Amino acid sequence: MTDALRDLTEQKYKYGFVTDIDEDRIPKGLTEDVVRLISRKKSEPQFLLDFRLKAFRHWLTMEEPGWAHIQHPPIDYQDIVYYSAPKPKKKLASMDEVDPELRDAFKKLGIPLEEQARLANVAVDAVFDSVSVATTFKKKLADLGVIFCSFSEAVKEHPEIVERYLGSVVPYSDNYFATLNSAVFSDGSFAYVPKGVRCPMELSTYFRINAADTGQFERTLLVADEGAYVSYLEGCTAPVRDKNQLHAAVVELVALDRAEIKYSTVQNWYPGDAEGRGGIYNFVTKRGKAMRRSKISWTQVETGSAITWKYPSCILQGDESVGEFYSVALTNHRQQADTGTKMIHIGKNTRSTIISKGISAGRGQNTYRGLVKIQKGAENARNYSQCDSLLIGERCGAHTFPYIEVKNPSARVEHEATTSKISEDQLFYCRQRGIKEEDAVSMIVNGFARQVLKELPMEFAVEAQKLLGMSLEGSVG
Amino acid sequence: MSPKEQENQPILAVEGLRARIGDREILTGLSLTVNAGQVHAIMGPNGSGKSTLAGVLAGRETAEVTGGTARLDGRDLLAMSPEDRAIAGLFLGFQYPVEIPGVGNLYFLRTALNAQRKSRGEEEIDAVDFLEFAKEKMKSVEMDPAFMSRGLNEGFSGGEKKRNEVLQMAVLEPRLAILDEIDSGLDIDALRVVARGVEALRSPVRSTVLVTHYQRLLEYVVPDVVHVMAAGRIVLSGGRELALELEKKGYAWIDEEARRGAFAEPVQVSP
Repeated sequence: MTDALRDLTEQKYKYGFVTDIDEDRIPKGLTEDVVRLISRKKSEPQFLLDFRLKAFRHWLTMEEPGWAHIQHPPIDYQDIVYYSAPKPKKKLASMDEVDPELRDAFKKLGIPLEEQARLANVAVDAVFDSVSVATTFKKKLADLGVIFCSFSEAVKEHPEIVERYLGSVVPYSDNYFATLNSAVFSDGSFAYVPKGVRCPMELSTYFRINAADTGQFERTLLVADEGAYVSYLEGCTAPVRDKNQLHAAVVELVALDRAEIKYSTVQNWYPGDAEGRGGIYNFVTKRGKAMRRSKISWTQVETGSAITWKYPSCILQGDESVGEFYSVALTNHRQQADTGTKMIHIGKNTRSTIISKGISAGRGQNTYRGLVKIQKGAENARNYSQCDSLLIGERCGAHTFPYIEVKNPSARVEHEATTSKISEDQLFYCRQRGIKEEDAVSMIVNGFARQVLKELPMEFAVEAQKLLGMSLEGSVG
Repeated sequence: MSPKEQENQPILAVEGLRARIGDREILTGLSLTVNAGQVHAIMGPNGSGKSTLAGVLAGRETAEVTGGTARLDGRDLLAMSPEDRAIAGLFLGFQYPVEIPGVGNLYFLRTALNAQRKSRGEEEIDAVDFLEFAKEKMKSVEMDPAFMSRGLNEGFSGGEKKRNEVLQMAVLEPRLAILDEIDSGLDIDALRVVARGVEALRSPVRSTVLVTHYQRLLEYVVPDVVHVMAAGRIVLSGGRELALELEKKGYAWIDEEARRGAFAEPVQVSP
């Protein structure tokens, strides 16, 4: 490969700054007392403490899973701070009272918290370390009955909804990381869209890890009541630190009859440096339950994190429900991603679509892992899966593990997969037309990912495109 | 320089160019001058180095340049990156245009045009204006606009790819176009379209080099000068009669003469 292409991959992470702010943090380590402390700090109702304790006790009996195609030194769970929050100077009466330091931090990230400065049709919940610091456009949404707030606030204001749905899609005992999250999660976002309401703006959560040695364990719960529609987007970044940090989130989606949830993620946690030092370990459980004639659509653009382990899934429980998964995962340098989806067809005439685009560069390892399961009663279920891999350079890897389980003979399941490389011929062709090599790589990669990018809300598709280009800088050596 | 003054000035000046692929010397001291306003044809048997020449001039790295010079408007081509050569006005029509899935034809073309305009300090052209501009050009190469929203050359037939090359040339309006076997694999209709594209670009301030194995294309585009390449050099130059003669006699005698060392110095065949 040429020098220009090599230079391209040695690019710096642009969100790596640290905000100097007073933190309220608890000592490192995880015990039942820590779980109780977190719950107490948040003045939680009994049902939530019980949920946490059940999870914690179960977690003690579990072992970290080893089946993913990833490698990392053992994680010391006692060497992590499980709660850290920016110290509030006083109770916020309005958005204008957000700590200026915090406001600046989000401004630097391109997320102004002042409502007038925001994109007019996006409401934002900003989560800094363990807590939500601000939610915009709350009032406007409330007029329609849409609840959009931090998870902690939902626990206080709408405990009945939280109690009803928390753990209903991802049970506390689901898997090692989800169980850990259930024990120690500190905050996250919550949204409820009432019957028949079409949420008029994008709901968005921006997650920021700031504090050192801290794990981020957020929990998101979205409920779309019958016939409701909501489009939700999450973004995330973290400072450059040479130690790995753990992020273990849980997202639960509930789409009641005829509801539709579109959930988009642009994941840009700190990926570590070119030698693989530092970076976020991103172990995330995301799952949605789709009732009759409802639809859940996951779109993810995963460019950050040292390790990405996530499988946004759909339980197609109701008849005629629809599940979709559109994914672009990019690994550069020493990044590793093991990601994909599970489509569980339970209801009749359920349909699912999986489009996965994996891009590997540098020494990146990219794995697609997916399960399509057609249960006995899922008459006429259909699935279409397409998994494409693009390799840049000679030292990266792409792997595909599609699992298919069919228990109903009327099912139709299709799977297509391709692997290709960016060729010297393609690059030369672009350059001969006057396009710089790095722009050519970015253009080819975006072309490869187009099927997925077009699923993103407009405002974010452009950002995601730029991000793909940026994440690839220095991709070949 | 005014267009009038530019006329008959050399746009491309190549002297003693040598290049090798691995241990094999492919270009063995090639010299060629192409003046503004001219169309040159470079003919020659397979393996004579025609495509390597086109590639080396455009900055392809498959061959390593070991000697000689190549100048475009007096600027040292060999010292420039491929993209800078393109920006300086060199266009290569590819023998095998690549496919780039998912990157729209029109988008690619506008990106290329704007990259070039930007580098020259000109204003970028917006999507709406570009569409109008490109539509005109598409008509000239009889290209169905439906092709434009498809991926670059994605699923195009051989003929469609070649037309697309000519469309790109028409949009980019290069100072020097080198068309490498643009006629291979074309039926008569496509050949006519390609020829018309080349003719449309004929101007006192531009020049074109057609690299071709057959004389067929030259029935539609009349060259000012015809060169014959053998063993990595230009061994014969003349008017278009030379092409006709080659058509009649074939290339075998050239190869033979070259082996005997008959072309120690390039031969000028007077028209």
